[in-house]
Order: sequence, then structure tokens, then C-alpha cells
Amino acid sequence: MNFLLFLPELTLAAVAFAVLAIDLFTPSGKKWILTPTSVLGLIIVLLVSISYLYGKQESLYDGLFLIDDFSLLFKGFFIILGILVILSSHDYIKEHLKHPGEYYGILLLSILGMVLMSASGELLTAYISLELLSFSLYVLVSYGSNGFKPSEAGVKYILLGGLASAILLFGISQIYGVLGTTQFRGINEALTSSSSLDSGVLIGLVMIIAGLAFKIAAVPFHMWAPDIYEGAPTPITAYLAIGSKAAGFALIIRLFAQALMPAMDDWQIIVIILSALTMTFGNLVALAQHNIKRMLAYSSIGQVGYLLMGIATLSYMSTNGIILHLAGYGVTNLAAFLCVIIFYNSSHKEDIEDYSGLADKSPFLAMALSVSLLSLAGLPFFVGFTTKFYLFTVVANAGLLWLVGVAITASVISLYYYLIVLKQMYMVAPTNDAQVNISVLNRSLLWVLTLSIVILGIFPSPLVRIIQSASSAIFS
Amino acid sequence: MLLSAIIFLPLAGAVVILLGLNDPKKVRLWAVFIGFVELVLGFLCFYLFQTADIDLKDGMELVEKYEKWIPVLNIQYHLGVDGLSAPLVLLTSLLGFCSIVASLNIQLRIKEYFMWLLILQSAVMGVFISLDFVLFFIFWELELLPMYFLISIWGSGRKEYSAMKFVIFTLLGSAFMLVSILGLYFSTGSFSIIALPALVSEAKLFMPAGTMFAFLFLAFAVKLPVWPVHTWLPDAHTDAPTAVSVMLAGVLLKMGGYGMIRLAIGIFPGEAQDWAWVIATLAVISVLYGAVCTVRQTDLKKLVAFSSVSHMGYVLLGISSVVGVGGSVSSVGLTGAAMQMFTHGTITGLLFLVVGLIYDRAHTRHIPDLGGLASNMPFVGVAFLVAGLASLGLPGTSGFIAELLVFLGTFEVWPIITTLSVFAIVLTAGYILWMIQRTFFGPAISRLDEVGDVSLVQAVPLVILMVSIMVVGLYPSIISDAFALGLEPIMESLQTGARS
Repeated sequence: MNFLLFLPELTLAAVAFAVLAIDLFTPSGKKWILTPTSVLGLIIVLLVSISYLYGKQESLYDGLFLIDDFSLLFKGFFIILGILVILSSHDYIKEHLKHPGEYYGILLLSILGMVLMSASGELLTAYISLELLSFSLYVLVSYGSNGFKPSEAGVKYILLGGLASAILLFGISQIYGVLGTTQFRGINEALTSSSSLDSGVLIGLVMIIAGLAFKIAAVPFHMWAPDIYEGAPTPITAYLAIGSKAAGFALIIRLFAQALMPAMDDWQIIVIILSALTMTFGNLVALAQHNIKRMLAYSSIGQVGYLLMGIATLSYMSTNGIILHLAGYGVTNLAAFLCVIIFYNSSHKEDIEDYSGLADKSPFLAMALSVSLLSLAGLPFFVGFTTKFYLFTVVANAGLLWLVGVAITASVISLYYYLIVLKQMYMVAPTNDAQVNISVLNRSLLWVLTLSIVILGIFPSPLVRIIQSASSAIFS
Repeated sequence: MLLSAIIFLPLAGAVVILLGLNDPKKVRLWAVFIGFVELVLGFLCFYLFQTADIDLKDGMELVEKYEKWIPVLNIQYHLGVDGLSAPLVLLTSLLGFCSIVASLNIQLRIKEYFMWLLILQSAVMGVFISLDFVLFFIFWELELLPMYFLISIWGSGRKEYSAMKFVIFTLLGSAFMLVSILGLYFSTGSFSIIALPALVSEAKLFMPAGTMFAFLFLAFAVKLPVWPVHTWLPDAHTDAPTAVSVMLAGVLLKMGGYGMIRLAIGIFPGEAQDWAWVIATLAVISVLYGAVCTVRQTDLKKLVAFSSVSHMGYVLLGISSVVGVGGSVSSVGLTGAAMQMFTHGTITGLLFLVVGLIYDRAHTRHIPDLGGLASNMPFVGVAFLVAGLASLGLPGTSGFIAELLVFLGTFEVWPIITTLSVFAIVLTAGYILWMIQRTFFGPAISRLDEVGDVSLVQAVPLVILMVSIMVVGLYPSIISDAFALGLEPIMESLQTGARS
């Protein structure tokens, strides 16, 4: 067994602990050094992974960890996301948070959790990786120092997250009890060989779906999301909305495609119902929100509904669609949240009506936020349209045209609440005279994100090619 | 490269305004410049189309194709014009230039205004030129954004309500269109607008052809607009700024008619013939209901807006002739529908411009408060008269030709419905003449003594549109020959399916 294949994960863990250690020996005036250190560490991990793992198809520890293009793609996704989140946290932390060392250290550990999730080939490993991610997130969510909201969010998240983990674990134990294995490969073989599905397996299946649906905030397991999104520090909200969802989907794709595919007839209908509920409910409730973070929370619940359509028709093509939409949604949502962060940094406000007259105060910020919201709504020329279109086409191709109809209706509804924000920014006169200052770091970050929204929207082909090689690793 | 230039020149112009221009004077000059170049390109495109050797297979000219745009889904960057789209491209460049010139007196947030106006022009051009269904859909959706901002920032009255209503109606329509596009893609594996008609007739369809046709029809019916989904139009037209009303009535409605002829009927000729009686019924309701509503209006702009509902009903009426009679389908009705789209663009554009000029000077659009304007603003009066007479279909103007063709084409097929529609002409004559009489003639109102005529710059768009109304009225074959040529492939497929 070649332990060197594990090098990126080991490096990542080392970087995380190094950041924690450096924090101990840095005087409080020089904490800024932690940002470049973490980013540099992540870049090294990224380079190591790409140069060393590209094209390799192997398994470690007898199938506990799988090294293939799929896990490599998600590794890259999470690390780049981590870099972007750390960079966009830099100013936010300086203003609002204490103890940056732990913040970065725990953030890096949660990236490790996500990376492991996308690479696990066995249920318990997946569970442990998921817990590593969840525990890091419990801490990060309650990290804010303003009032009771962060603590409320943290407690809610721990209690409900613990419950979901217990349900997931129970499902895993059911599967293990009946089939005698927790390995994806073994489950697949056991399911293929048996003619009908054991009721124990079915219970396990439902429990696992419920547990994972909690992690990706699918309706009706979404109740935690809005409160926690609102209470968490905004960079962490972005991280939750993109990272933990992408990790959840990475696990779900691998689990369903490699282990549970033979039982597709049994779980498909559950996923279809979840998907229809999620996109309808998420988008409808988003209409009534006043806080922009809550609005984005519900909008991201709606996006999960679209992604679940891909799971319901799981195949090589729909995996492409899911990952592509995840990537597009990631870039777009990150840009939107960065705008919220920037606005909060200078105004300390996060209600939609506080955005009135932003177009006068900072045309650039207003433009960037408009671009990202319109991309979330799926308007053409932005990446949101392209990826959504791809996903919808694939799902329609698989025969679920009515579900696509629901999805299209949901996205029509979604445009309404995005337009409300645009209306505040462009058509309402400013109600306060707070200035909006954008630091050079945030400004350049926002430029990069906004341009990627447009460029990926017009030329998605290179990205699609990378994703194709990843999903063919799953469906080989 | 010409077609790409036509689409992307205004967009590039908008980017330049966004990034580089701050001085209002420069912004205006730049926008006029871009509009003018676009006008020249529009004429060039029409000229090249007219003089080209038409390849009779699909009739597309100036084709540009980049097949590997999004290869996984077989989405291509595919542009081209044929007889159906070339006149509409010309119309768009014409009205685009007019609306830019007519906007020079805008004072509020000039930079953004011209940016959105240029983007709008790009989007509409893209709709007419695209030959890939996804590309078409992209431009179709893109047009919403500038319209939303243009109406809700620079509009008047209940502008935000109207803008939102416009967006929601159109989006709902395009949602249906998207389902139909996906259904078509799943059945045939292609998004090519040229290839789809042949592919659909052979392929095993994934959803009933009737449903896909109905969805496409609904999407375009919202845009056209057709009773009963027309209610966004009076609001949007009335509350939009003048130049935007010109674009909205002049070219945006034509996107609906264009889509209906090229896509709904072009792809599903058989279904269109099956449902022709529904189309004809909706048409006559739109024509008559629109006309009756128009008579009742006291707001000048609302009056013109409602008259659009009635006039676009003629387009639908022309389309309903596709079913043919006695086993043969004549192209007269469809040509009439297409002609009506072109002429309505110039006529209503001119009407809206004049209404805008009156409002600028008299500060009211309430007809009872106006009167005797002709003595103070004779030039505007002439323009209003020309547009009004063309609108009611006076021989010698372009409106006459279009309506005549529509009635000629449909009378054989739907005698009763056509006869009913002809009565709308009486109503049209009534409201147009009554409107002109109440605003421009009659006793002068002393409050309006100070009102002056137009300046030279403001006269430019009026002259352009008057000339085009006259030229097309006296020599209609410049446009109608092109339309007839463009309709040939559709006529062929209709002919094979015509009931005997």
C-alpha cells in the first residue's frame, strides 16, 4: 500500500496544526500573518494533490479511501473554496472576531473533513469524516461575538446536528446488520445478489437519506438552516452554504452510485419527493425574508432541490450536471456572500432594506451583488443559467420532465425575491449615509468572482471537461 | 462576422459606457454613434441579404457557426438571417437608433440609461438572429433585465408595479418555452432551429407534440400579446419612458410574432393547423376587445398601448390562416402577419414618439386637457397624422398593405371571423381620428399657448419613421418579398399537412 497517496490529507492536517501553533507564538498585533500562512499551506496542498494524484485510480486501507479523479476534483473544489473563504474572512475577522488562530485552524480541519468525505469508500469512514466536518462547523458557527444570536445558532446546530448524526449512524448499523458490510463495493454486491430488498435495509436506507438530507438542508430536514445561517459569522455562512453542501453531495453521489445503485427503484421516489418539496418550499419562503442572510439561506435550500433532481436520476450525465451546478452555485453564492460581508464590514447591517441606494454609494458593489443574484436566479450569460440549464436538460432527458417543470416554476419565483434586492439597491433612495469602503483584497476577490460568473457562463466547456473525467471515475 | 457585430456592438458600447465614460455629453454622443453604426449595419445586413444568391435549402444567409460552443449538449453558436428575420433586424436597428435619439433629453442617471438601452438592443437583435434554440432563449431572457430597469427607474406612474408585472408575465411564458425546448431536445437531440422541423417529424416524441406546441405558443402569446394574457402590456407601455415604449411596442412585441411563426408553426406545422380555430378565435377577441378598450381611453399613451393589443391581433389572425382551405395553403395570410409586425413597429413607434413629445411640452397626457396643438406644433401634428392614418390603414401607407394581406389571406379560411375583425377597422378609424381631433384640432387651450414645435434633433426620428411608413406603403415589395421568401420553407411543410 502506498501511503504517499495520503500525502495531501496529511499535509492538510499538518497545516491546520501549524496554524494553531503559530497563533500561540504571534503577538496580537501581528495576527494578520495567519491568513497568508493558511492560504499558502492550502496552495501547497492543492499543488501536491494535482501533481501527484492526477489520473491515479487506487484505493487505500482495503477500500476505506478511494483515490480517483472524483475525489481529486472535490479536493480541488474544497481547497479553492477554503482559500477564498479564508481570504474573504480576513477583513471580517479584523473587525468582528477574536482569536483568529483557532478560527483558521478549525476551518482548515473542516476542509480536511470535507476532503475525506468525498474520498471515503465505506460508511463508517464517511461518518467519521462527516463528524470531523460537523464538529468543526459547530465551533465556527458559534464563533461570533455579537449578542446572543451566535450562541443560539451554535446550540441549535449541535443539538439538531447530533440528532441527525445519530439517525445516520442508526441507518448505517441497520445496513451493516443485514448486509454484513459497510464497504460501498460490498453493499453493492450484496444488493445486486439479493432479489428483493430486506426491510432492515430499507429502514437503514431511509435513515441514511434522512441523516444526509439534514446535512444538505433538504426540506423537511432544513429547519436548522435559516437560524444558523443568520447567526453564524458571514464567511462561515458562505462556507456552510457551499462547502458543507458540496461535501454532502460528494458523499451522496458516491454512496448512491457505488453502493446503493441496485436499489435505485426503492430510493428514487424518496429523493424525488424531497427534491420537489425542497425547491418549492425553499423558494417560496425566501419570498418573505427581510434579512439578506436568511434570504440567501432559503435560496440555497432551493438550490439543493435542483441538485437533488440530479440524484433522483443518478447517472453519468446527471453526475456531471450536479457537479457542474455545484461549481457554478459555489462561485455565485460566494460572490453574493462576499458582497454581504463587505457591506456588513462597513455598515454593520444585514437587512435587505439597508441595501437601499447602494448603487449610489458603491456602484461596483451593487453591480457585483446584482450579477451574483441574477446568476443565482439563473439568468442567461451568467454561470447560474448555464449550469442550471445543463442540469435541467439532463434530468428531462432521464424522463422526469414534470419535475423539471416544477424546478423551472420555482426558479421563476426565485427571480422575484432577487429582484427585490436589486430594487432596493437601484431604485430606492439611500436611507442612511453610511459609507461603503472596500479593501483592496476584497475588491480584487470580488472582481475575480464576478468575472468567473460571467466567463464560466459563456464558456463552460473547459470546466465540463474536467468534471466529465471526475464522474467517469464514479461510473467506470 | 456581420451578424456577430450586429449583436455585440451595442453590448460593447454599453461596456464602454460602464467603464469609461462619465461626462453626460460624451455618453449621449457615444450612444448616438453606436446607434448610428448599428443602423448602418442593419441596412447593410438587409442589403446583403437582398442581393445574395439565396440557397433555397434553408434560405439562411450570412451564416456564422461555431459548433463547439457547449459540445456536451450539442449547443452551438449559430447565427443567420433569412427573409423572415432580415426585415426585423432592419426594423430593430431603425427603432434602436430612433429611441436613442429620442432619449437625448433624459436627465436622470444618464450613464446607466444608455447602457441599458444598448443592452436591450443587443438582446433583441440576438433573438432575431439566433439559429440555436438555447442561444435564442438566452437572448430572449436577457431582454428582461434592461426592460426591468428601464421601466422601473425612468418610468412614470406605477412604474415598479408595471416593471415587475412585465417581468413575471414574460418569465412565466419563458418557463413554458423552456419545458418545450427540453422536450424537443430530448426527442431529437438537437437545439438547431433549422434542423428541428425535419427532425421532429421523424423522431419519436417524448411528450405529445400538441403539448409542446401549446407551450411554445403560450410563451409567444404572452409576448405578442394575445388576449387574455395581454394585461401586462397597457401597464408596461404606459409607465415606460417614451423611448422604451417605442422599443417595447416596436420590436419587443415582434419577438412574440417572430417566435410564433418561426418556432411554434415552423416546428409543429401539423399541430398549428389542428389548433388554427383556437388561434383564430383568440385573434378576433384580441382585435375586437383591444379596439373596444382603446376607444374608452382618455390617457394618450394608454390609448396607443391598447391599440397595440388590437393591432397585434391582426398578426395572430394572419397566422391562423395556416390551416388553408381545400387542401392548399396560401402564403398571403402569413406574409400579411409578418408585414403587420414590421409596419406596426414603425407606426406605433412613431405614435409613442409623438405622445412623448406632447407630454414633454404640455406636461399632460390626459386627452380632455389637450386641444388645438396643431397651431403651435405643426410638425408634430403632421407626424401624428401620418402615424394615425397609417394605423387605421389608409391606402398609401404601410398599415394598409399589411391589413389588406391579412384579410385577403384569412377571408377564405375563416370567413365569419375575418368579417368580424374587419369591423375593428371602423373602431380603429374612430379612436384614431377622435384622438387626433381632440388633441391637435378643435379650440386651442390658452394654457398650451407657450408650447413649441420640435427641435431639429427631435425631428430626426420622426422623419425616419414617417419616410419608412410611406416607402413601405407605396412600394411594399421591398419588405414583403423578403418575408415571402423567408416563409417558403414553412409554407412547404404546411402544404404537405393541409387538410383537404
